[in-house]
Amino acid sequence: MWDDLPPNLERNCRIVTVVTTPEQHGATAHSDGGWGEPGYVPVQTRSARFTSVNHDDFPAVTGLEVDWKLTPVKLVRDLIDGKLDGSPYDYVASEVQGVAIEWADRDDASIGRAGTPEDRASANAWSSFEKALAITVTSEEHVDVTVSRSALGTSPRAAHTVITAKANSDSTIILQSTGSATLSENVEIVVEDGAKLTVISLQEWSNDALQLSSHFATVGRDAVLKHMVISLSGAVVRLNPSVHLAGEGSDAELYGLYFADAGQHFEQRVYLHHLGQNTRGRVNYKGALQGAGARAVWVGDVLIGPDAAGTDSYEQNRNLVLTEGTRADSIPNLEIETGDILGAGHASATGRFDDEQLFYLQSRGVSEAEARRLVVIGFLSEIVQKVGNAELEARLHSAIEAELSLTAAVAL
Amino acid sequence: MSILEVKDLHVSVETEQGTKQILKGVDLRIAQGEIHAVMGPNGSGKSTLAYSIAGHPKYHVEGGSVLLDGVEVLTMSVDERARAGLFLAMQYPVEIPGVRMADFLRTAKTALDGEAPALRPWIKEVAAAMKDLRMDKAFSERNVNEGFSGGEKKRHEILQLELLKPKFAILDETDSGLDVDALKVVSEGVNRAKEANNLGVLLITHYTRILRYITPDFVHVFVDGRIAEEGGPELAERLENEGYDRFLADTSVI
Repeated sequence: MWDDLPPNLERNCRIVTVVTTPEQHGATAHSDGGWGEPGYVPVQTRSARFTSVNHDDFPAVTGLEVDWKLTPVKLVRDLIDGKLDGSPYDYVASEVQGVAIEWADRDDASIGRAGTPEDRASANAWSSFEKALAITVTSEEHVDVTVSRSALGTSPRAAHTVITAKANSDSTIILQSTGSATLSENVEIVVEDGAKLTVISLQEWSNDALQLSSHFATVGRDAVLKHMVISLSGAVVRLNPSVHLAGEGSDAELYGLYFADAGQHFEQRVYLHHLGQNTRGRVNYKGALQGAGARAVWVGDVLIGPDAAGTDSYEQNRNLVLTEGTRADSIPNLEIETGDILGAGHASATGRFDDEQLFYLQSRGVSEAEARRLVVIGFLSEIVQKVGNAELEARLHSAIEAELSLTAAVAL
Repeated sequence: MSILEVKDLHVSVETEQGTKQILKGVDLRIAQGEIHAVMGPNGSGKSTLAYSIAGHPKYHVEGGSVLLDGVEVLTMSVDERARAGLFLAMQYPVEIPGVRMADFLRTAKTALDGEAPALRPWIKEVAAAMKDLRMDKAFSERNVNEGFSGGEKKRHEILQLELLKPKFAILDETDSGLDVDALKVVSEGVNRAKEANNLGVLLITHYTRILRYITPDFVHVFVDGRIAEEGGPELAERLENEGYDRFLADTSVI
């Protein structure tokens, strides 16, 4: 298989991990396929992928494509090809000095600065939205803003959000979603020079919700972006962040936390592109899975461009499998186009409980059930601790506790 | 006064080469307040004895029994053994990411006592015990054993020993990897726990060094899965001078 790689991919490093719990043995294909198939030409580098804002420019999606083959395409067909309602929707936002939130027209100058769709569903949303929700931060004192939407309805719709952190601004924007939705959307994030921005995308949909979301971010000189994807409920949540470290000295920390139950598919394809010199990237996604058919997909692409001297980059994904019948795909990819870097690494692990951790806790008198609870909470808290908002951290802890109260029932 | 008895204990483990007998009939009797040193060469089965009593799933009991005041321990789960009054200070304690030491200690205390300790006295007690063991206060905010040095992990084990107040403690090579200062600190902790709670100790060690600070009432020499010789503290002195050679002459252990 390695011999089939074209010579210019030799420096690329590919690790593919698929862990399938026994009920699904025999049903697995190699998760990152295409290699060796007749006529298959791999995309040469991650940045060479086709992009367009027009739905029709993309070929039809069959579900066999590398970027769709791990997604339940049948369930989200309407979002990929159907007509989408792109009208403004109701949202609730905290009013904060130094932050403007308004509906912007399609031709607004803020739109299209952070990226361009890389798949047909994303382009469908881009073609369909009527107004973009524009969140613009000018405050140089740190501010927290929460934007909530809960009534998107069940008919397919498109949305477009643009978050602009003006130069030297400092803020945390929490985007939280609850209720039903059939949604394809794009979220643009522009972090201007010297700005500090935390974006937390929190998915607590009802169990019928379908969401395909692309986040595009560009980070300016000496600017810092912390981006968090937290998915706790919904039928299908596919959220793909693409982050471009464009400015010299820019910094991105991309975190993810998911807890997939039976009948939930949580997918995240993370792309971190180091363009400027002396940029730093950290990607850390952690998830737990429980119940038959609980499904998680993580693909992490890191591309260190030819001009990104001094890059310091690390990405990892960890999955904790709590019951039989779940499946987690974890695929880190690292491409390095310059030798002049500080460091780059990746890691992926998917497993059950660490028996030694359970033994240690039990040997101190803690019951097995309580020991498991502590280990899972501990495993996920590494990400929760990054939130930096005490109220939200407490809420996430109780959400995780609530998920774990299901575990005992699922395991029996 | 409680008694911990090990009777004709046979234990095996699964290895890549198949089932391997490790313990081949161990007999021991420890009363509360006594300190028993179990000494022996590497590979003789000392740690297996410790983990078998604590109930680690890797070790299969083939025969014999472990009785705490006449009640069979081997049929209890790991946490039941702890609640019955047994404690194992591990040689290589694992890291538990995301679980703060302070929360862990309180959870363990609550599990052992059946009710949460009153907050203020508990915090005071933890702080005092940490001070005695020369542990920085900041440790309680750190995740359990995460990034601890070897010596810090050992102090954390003895901290638990002092706070959780078991009837019997098995110390599995607690002295290994400690410099002399840390060894003294840790030994003082064990002696304090013994005085405070009339603790019975099964002290497993390869070296006699720790016995300068913790005086054993009995010394058992462990060779090839059994106790080969028993005596008082004078036996430790003899081992210090002679090593284990005379016990190894007729076994395959090199």
